Amino acid sequence: MTNVIKLSASALSELLSDRSVSSVEVTQAHLDRIEAIDTGVHAFLHVSGEAALAAAARVDARRAAGEVLGPLAGVPIAIKDVLATIDMPSTAGSRILEGWIPPYDATVVKRVRDAGLIPLGKTNMDEFAMGSSTEFSAYGPTHNPWDFDRIPGGSGGGSAAAVSSFEAPLALGSDTGGSIRQPAAVTGSVGVKPTYGGVSRYGSIALASSLDQVGPVTRTVLDAALLHDVIGGHDPLDSTSLTDSWPSMAAAARSGLADGALKGVRVGVIKELNGDGFQAGVSQRFTETLALLSAAGAEIVEVSAPNFEYAIAAYYLILPAEASSNLARFDSVRFGIRVNPEDGPLTSERVMAATRDAGFGPEVKRRIILGTYALSAGYYDAYYGSAQKVRTLIQRDFDAAFAKVDVLVSPSAPTTAFKFGEKMADPMAMYLNDVTTIPANLAGVPGMSLPMGLAPEDGLPVGLQIMAPAKMDARLYSFGAAVEALLEASWGHTLLSQAPDLASTEKITRAAFTSTEGAI
Amino acid sequence: MKKAELMDYDKALELFEPVLGFEVHVELNTKTKMFCGCANEFGQGANTNTCPTCLGLPGGLPQVNAQAIESSIRLGLALGCEIAEYSRFARKNYFYPDTAKNFQTSQYDEPIAFNGQLTIELESGRQVTVDIERAHMEDDAGKLTHVGGATGRIQGADYSLVDYNRGGVPLVEIVTQMIEGGEADSPEIGRTYVAAIREIVKALGVSNARMEEGNVRCDANVSLRPRGSNVLGTRTETKNVNSLRSVERAVRYEIQRQAALLHAGGTITQETRHWHEDTGITSAGRPKSDADDYRYFPEPDLVPVAPSREWVEELRATLPEPPAARRKRLQADWGFADLEFQDVVNSDLLDAVEATIAAGAAAQAARKWWTGEVARLANVSGVSADSLVQPVQVAALIELVVAGTLTDRLARQVLEGVIAGEGTPLEVVESRGLAVVSDDGALIVAIDEALAAQPDVLAKIRDGKVQAAGAVIGAVMKAMRGQADAARVRELVLERAGTAE
Repeated sequence: MTNVIKLSASALSELLSDRSVSSVEVTQAHLDRIEAIDTGVHAFLHVSGEAALAAAARVDARRAAGEVLGPLAGVPIAIKDVLATIDMPSTAGSRILEGWIPPYDATVVKRVRDAGLIPLGKTNMDEFAMGSSTEFSAYGPTHNPWDFDRIPGGSGGGSAAAVSSFEAPLALGSDTGGSIRQPAAVTGSVGVKPTYGGVSRYGSIALASSLDQVGPVTRTVLDAALLHDVIGGHDPLDSTSLTDSWPSMAAAARSGLADGALKGVRVGVIKELNGDGFQAGVSQRFTETLALLSAAGAEIVEVSAPNFEYAIAAYYLILPAEASSNLARFDSVRFGIRVNPEDGPLTSERVMAATRDAGFGPEVKRRIILGTYALSAGYYDAYYGSAQKVRTLIQRDFDAAFAKVDVLVSPSAPTTAFKFGEKMADPMAMYLNDVTTIPANLAGVPGMSLPMGLAPEDGLPVGLQIMAPAKMDARLYSFGAAVEALLEASWGHTLLSQAPDLASTEKITRAAFTSTEGAI
Repeated sequence: MKKAELMDYDKALELFEPVLGFEVHVELNTKTKMFCGCANEFGQGANTNTCPTCLGLPGGLPQVNAQAIESSIRLGLALGCEIAEYSRFARKNYFYPDTAKNFQTSQYDEPIAFNGQLTIELESGRQVTVDIERAHMEDDAGKLTHVGGATGRIQGADYSLVDYNRGGVPLVEIVTQMIEGGEADSPEIGRTYVAAIREIVKALGVSNARMEEGNVRCDANVSLRPRGSNVLGTRTETKNVNSLRSVERAVRYEIQRQAALLHAGGTITQETRHWHEDTGITSAGRPKSDADDYRYFPEPDLVPVAPSREWVEELRATLPEPPAARRKRLQADWGFADLEFQDVVNSDLLDAVEATIAAGAAAQAARKWWTGEVARLANVSGVSADSLVQPVQVAALIELVVAGTLTDRLARQVLEGVIAGEGTPLEVVESRGLAVVSDDGALIVAIDEALAAQPDVLAKIRDGKVQAAGAVIGAVMKAMRGQADAARVRELVLERAGTAE
């Protein structure tokens, strides 16, 4: 039998539905992989092996009984720890929620279970999704499967590393400013931030309510589409959830594989998201990809989004403001850890303060302070109010661009995976890493990252970001699948087939990579 | 608690002009909470009507209760407010353990209803128009119980218990503009205004409107300014005044307390104050400055509420007659004197009396029975009069009295039977055998027996001393066990005495 862990979810789906392989076998193979390599990768904060095998056995029994199940039934999935799971701890990477098992499932988790997917465990993340490297996880960082000395991106580094190291074929992530797309870019995987309101946020531990969106983390565009079809659609429990009916994303992805799918597609290149501050190898792979697209019949158009310049500043006012309020509930009264002050009286206020002091990490405290300040009387208009205006301007930039083009593209991140510690002392440098991904969140439009090669100077994955107009998620999948096929045809293999094998638990460190040709 | 120095009320008004403001919280009687599907009801165990959303658990999200929006709009319309075309919720951020999310989901600069007016009439007949600044929606906090310590307050308590069943219950907060010119009527304005709000929400059916259960809660703002000054004085906010009489007393108390303090050269601290029902005083709560920073911002988890004009007009068409107008109409229709009508209103029996009249009873009889015997029996059992017996039964009872089937005294016994669940008045009359004996034959036998037994009385009657008949009438009534019409007995006694010659 083929090594099932290397198969895409769609390939597994076929084997599972014709019963050439059982879900128990597939699940066990992934649990074995986790067992073998996760000491080094540290993608998981919690692995739920027994429950996963039991769920897999139930799916197998239903199939054996002749039931026709959904396409992903029996396929294992890793779940970002930001999502509430009734049977597993849900900590959002924070000490303050250590061991907390919610009394309910997030809507997306419920949908995943109802569709017969097999939750393997919970993946690591920066605390409360604040970060771009997983270095702010209270439980230690996740290592990039391409180079253990480097970050796997963040906040959803755990999900991206799990998928790109073949510990799980699918994962769920959440993206507030790039937390799905940037980890996908630096690990060579595929990540999608759906249109705001396209996927329910109920049960997703909130970072910034107006920016957060749950989405798929996978190794192929089609897999992301299949998972999107499972988790998407209206949820009455989330008031910001759109009531639109959605086309099948999987069908859209398949349509992108048709001959000539790229012919006549107007592809907008955002002038402001390339050039200065972008790693040379990243820019090189981007330029090469544009050339491939052009050769395939796409029309490349340069567009300008002048207000993107203010995106990071606006984002770092809106996000901390909303976060400061969303994180107020962590007060030790109803859930989570409780820490008593070392001396003095035990009032609820003092216990709360001691708990928050001990339970929150430095980045969380930094953002709570920023947000509290930004919302303060007398500062609101200058900060939060102005940031909301910038948001409107950025939405207008998108509107103007999408009046001219069908999709927008840019590198998913300015650089490949950086080394641990490189940006820890400089929050601004860390924040700037999200310059490419933040505009989509501010405008609510969907975005995808897929691999477009390895940077020649370091041999590390480079991601292509694709953005589409709001509610046009299907366009991401049809275009994305076409680009993916085009790139893989040009390489003759998938990008992840070039990743280190990680068969031993020994930590690997890639030797300096010198070929200017890159690994493709 | 130390009682503050109070200035004589008349003197206080001579020196100072009171300025008032009221915030009335109305708890809506929707089936579910404001932002989740939990039941909006009490009496279950602590924390039973809770879910991830109203417990503020990580990942919980609010969903707006459509019925609460409708109730809020109707209430806004009944208060003469404009209804916002675009209204948003906002987070009011503050840490307190009864607030699960550590922010209250309220409304800030975009309330659902604003710019209203309510005209109230004082006992003197003076009409006062109170301007309503806004009516906005928000969720209630949970309930804290402080255990240990003497006062039941948080100070000195060993620990506190928190019950989130009330957390997330829908509230409408009605905020008045400053009320100036109330003068000596200020306390009565407070009472009458809150009574009017209570009447309106009851008439609308949007709240159970029971003040004693906290369905309607009043915060009273009072400040004084010296005569001749147009600078506002520092205000205090007396919280959670939970009866109409207390609103009146609390306002009066604050006027007297603040006047004494100011006159002695002191200053008023801007603060919340607690009302003590038992001692009739207020005491200092927490300082409250205008600089309190709740870091309001639009609630990102909820979409704006944008009620269509068509819907608002549909809701306007469902509004009941304004309570004040209805009272005027009913008093005129029924021809009640002011005191008679006030008696009905104050006993909360307007609906019952109206229904009884609608069922065929004469207005005065309906009033007399409800405010008299029914109210007395209700008082004895400690329940409200209108919960004791149906108006249609009272009307049937009155009809039996009018028909002469029952005397008032018998009717009271029948009423007790009805209340005891023995059936309709007619059924009680039959089962208890309480009808007036109207068969002259039976009466004449009894009268002749009584006259024969008292020949001296008979002689006196024949001598024209008609008042002597009383003794015979008494004997006959006793023989009939009260079930006879005393007037008819008297007629027959005189008749029999005359023809007995």
